[in-house]
Amino acid sequence: MWLFLGTECLLFGGLISTYMLYRGRVGTGPRPSQVFDIPFTSVSSFVLLMSSLTMVLAVSAAHKRDDRSTNLWLVITALLGTTFVGGQVYEFTAFYNEGMGFSTSLFSSSFFVLTGFHGVHVTVGIIMLLALRGMLKNNKVPGSRAETVEMIGLYWHFVDIVWIIIFTLIYLIPA
Amino acid sequence: MNTTATTDSHATEHGLSTAGYVRIALILAAITGLEVSTYYVDFGRLFLPALLIMMAIKFVMVVSYFMHLKFDNKVFSWLFYTGLVLAVGVYCAALATFKFFG
Repeated sequence: MWLFLGTECLLFGGLISTYMLYRGRVGTGPRPSQVFDIPFTSVSSFVLLMSSLTMVLAVSAAHKRDDRSTNLWLVITALLGTTFVGGQVYEFTAFYNEGMGFSTSLFSSSFFVLTGFHGVHVTVGIIMLLALRGMLKNNKVPGSRAETVEMIGLYWHFVDIVWIIIFTLIYLIPA
Repeated sequence: MNTTATTDSHATEHGLSTAGYVRIALILAAITGLEVSTYYVDFGRLFLPALLIMMAIKFVMVVSYFMHLKFDNKVFSWLFYTGLVLAVGVYCAALATFKFFG
């Protein structure tokens, strides 16, 4: 899993580099400062950050063999993740309505590819969390339950740390 | 009594206690609040370094405590941080390429 996360670092490193290179190339489209809604994205960031807490509590409960708490924290983590993805869909729709489509400019293309890729990762994480919850409930987890929860937890935390970087470099530092 | 002692030691074996994790989350939330404040308050020349330092602190805290890297085998740290350093290298190389040849 750590090796996989190392390769994921490279993937997002490339996407963030591309965005940083193109963020000033807005053409006739809107500039980042004209479309970004910092209060809204801050709340989304907070939600994803708190989902890392609920995920680590699920891992902790799994190590204590507390199935009820593990299930509960996994579902709460999935709900927080869904809230984040919902916020991203809303944000993308708002940007589109303000004249920033995928092919409007190099800035918009690189922005949508980067944040879209991250959103897909979060969605895959949600599916993994819900699948794990179902497998735990039906006793279909092969091997150690705690280890399986921990593996999925690592992926989830990785998605969170990528957002920590995206939020600072893309949203808070002006182009 | 014995069960409680066993579960507590099991929890610390794999990281922090529940209260410890909540404390880390509160610190992360406070740093996020500080980060957002830089958007509204003029930090002058400190703006960029402050933001980057806060981002790095949050990153390291999540990796160390939530991902348990601090408590795991050092091989995992090497695997992860090698990927990270390579990624930063890719970023710097790409930026330098466009600066000199773009």
